[in-house]
Amino acid sequence: MRLIKTIGGWLDDRLQVGATLRETAEHPVPRETASWFYVFGSAALVVFMLQIVTGILLALIYVPSAGEAWNSLQTLNHSVALGWFIRALHGWGSEFMVAIVLIHMVQVILFGAYKYPRELTWMVGVLLLLVTLGMAFTGQVLRFDQDAYWGLGIGASIASRVPVLGPQIVNLMLGGPIIAGATLSRFFALHVFAIPGLLIAFVAVHLLMVVKLGINEWPMPGRVVRKATYLKEYHELTKKDGIPFVPLAVWKDLFFGGFILLAIAACAFYFGPFGPSGRPDPTIIQTAPRPDFFFLWLYAVLSLLPPSMETPALLVGPVVALLALFLLPFIFGEGEKSWRRRPIAVLSILLVAVSLGTFTHLSGYTPWSPVMDAWSSTPIPPQYLRNRSALERQGALVFQVKQCHNCHALDNQGGKRGPALDNVAVLLTRDQLIRQVIQGGGNMPAYGKNLSPAETTALVAFLETLRPAGQPAAQDASRAVALAPDRGAPSTQP
Amino acid sequence: MTVPDGLKRRDFLMKLGLLFNGIVAAILTVPIVRYIMSPVAHARAGRYDSWLSLGKLEQFPAGQTRLAVYRNPVASPWDGDTADIPCWVRNVNGQQFQVFAINCAHLGCPVRWFPQSSLFMCPCHGGVYYQDGSRASGPPERGLFQYHHRLESGELFIKAGEVPTPGSASNLTSITSELPRCV
Ligand code: HEC
Repeated sequence: MRLIKTIGGWLDDRLQVGATLRETAEHPVPRETASWFYVFGSAALVVFMLQIVTGILLALIYVPSAGEAWNSLQTLNHSVALGWFIRALHGWGSEFMVAIVLIHMVQVILFGAYKYPRELTWMVGVLLLLVTLGMAFTGQVLRFDQDAYWGLGIGASIASRVPVLGPQIVNLMLGGPIIAGATLSRFFALHVFAIPGLLIAFVAVHLLMVVKLGINEWPMPGRVVRKATYLKEYHELTKKDGIPFVPLAVWKDLFFGGFILLAIAACAFYFGPFGPSGRPDPTIIQTAPRPDFFFLWLYAVLSLLPPSMETPALLVGPVVALLALFLLPFIFGEGEKSWRRRPIAVLSILLVAVSLGTFTHLSGYTPWSPVMDAWSSTPIPPQYLRNRSALERQGALVFQVKQCHNCHALDNQGGKRGPALDNVAVLLTRDQLIRQVIQGGGNMPAYGKNLSPAETTALVAFLETLRPAGQPAAQDASRAVALAPDRGAPSTQP
Repeated sequence: MTVPDGLKRRDFLMKLGLLFNGIVAAILTVPIVRYIMSPVAHARAGRYDSWLSLGKLEQFPAGQTRLAVYRNPVASPWDGDTADIPCWVRNVNGQQFQVFAINCAHLGCPVRWFPQSSLFMCPCHGGVYYQDGSRASGPPERGLFQYHHRLESGELFIKAGEVPTPGSASNLTSITSELPRCV
């Protein structure tokens, strides 16, 4: 013990940081702020450290070369002792880090912590969110598999839509004309050097401001932030009702940080590493690329926007969102902090959360993607073929062969790009069926040129059988009138 | 801060030192920026695209659409599989050809050809194209990207080298009509 003290003293005589450190550690925080709500920021820091350590460990084996990266991931997964576990820790750590940063952000909004004088802390926080997402995206690229390859293609397609500079941005992003060796190398440099450097710098500034300005006090309804008086009030509060951060507040951060690490390790252990999926070989086109979890919502949005809206939304949306985030503390820099008195803040967060959640959920079963092999691997349910005429069965065959099943489900099997057709004969008359098939429309291709008259007849005969037993087929009322012999057809000729 | 008279010279020297460093930084910026921008400069100079052969015409029977693969003209040894680029070759009638990029005009995913229904379908967001590459349905705003091509001594040549994207496909033909425009 005495030895440690002596060494410590010797070091501090030369380093001269002990007093500053002690002062920082023991800075007073409002008593109520030492709460379980305030642990997410430090948890994000803890996960970031895990990412640094596991990242360095992965770099011991990983080869950042387009030709070898995938093989080196296989080696990590299968040949290096516990390589799979380190990969899994890094992958799950990434998911947790994005999630914790988002939760931290929601807490900061709900507690009004971005208000005066912590505007800049918030803005650096927004930058931290951006670089964290940047790490998540570049990390997904380093897992250089089919998803990464085509994900880069998606990124390039989006970037290319920037007016005027689009093509140049694509060349810069890919480091050449195509997604290849240079692309992986530059994403490696970004993921391992550039973005972590920014991340460390932003974290340092963020933490410095948290310490200098003091942690946000627990918001009380009625305790209003005013620029003229806030600082004085805050200092009185910490003086009167403050506790030293170390050791009286920090224990919750420690426990939560440890718990998160344990949770990451548990996920890594039970679920294992992410991929890699197939080789990044562009000639394997039997693939349905999907982005990682935190970009799924974007994938969903891209399929649901009308085509003409897409480019403007892609280019303007992020700018508007970022501006809104950056300007937030300037527009709402004063006033109530308590979420009980800020219904709009609460509702906005709910709205964003529900939309992101819905889009992410939708991407879970990608209803907009055709099921590319349904036509050959998902048979027509047998009950749809029983007691059918030869023509109708032939129509069922046409339905399969012409890939209708890729987009249309029968008995819940098959694609969901178009509506399920189990009841279509109740909804559409024969003429409407023919028209839909021949002319398509509304995200369905027109089959006019690709069906012979005989195929069309058979197909429509099959479609007309698609209705629940006992329900009549759709009728064209005007047709019945027109064809009724006794009333006479109303003249359509002028 | 006021500087005592005797130290004016040093103060001036400090400013001169800053200026000196600024100039050196500016000089160094030139090669750094040129290094970073080299992919753009290459593309500008048109050094990415070149004519290459997809092989003998016999591989592409009349009336059919087949997958062809070429090695990208600009490639490095460590590109591995990524420099092998697939494309769809349609032999319209034995004389007319169309060569489509594999990439969907929406977000670049690989489109697949279904000869039974004569459609290209994209697995990502359900873009669909007709056999001539024109847009059939779904989110793409245009038809498939089409390479310039020519027939020479019994082989099919295309001009290729750069991944086509919605914003940078000006070097490729876009498809509007049923019949291919170039033969
Ligand atoms: C690329 C996907 C796709 C393919 C392939 C496809 N459809 Fe569709 N289909 C759709 C979509 C999307 C709709 C909805 C159109 C709308 O919103 O107006 C639809 C609508 C329909 C409808 C009208 C359903 C209703 O309830 O209004 C019928 C009938 C239909 N399709 C039959 C077929 C048949 C038969 C085939 C095969 C020859 C086929 N579809 C192939 C996507 C597809």
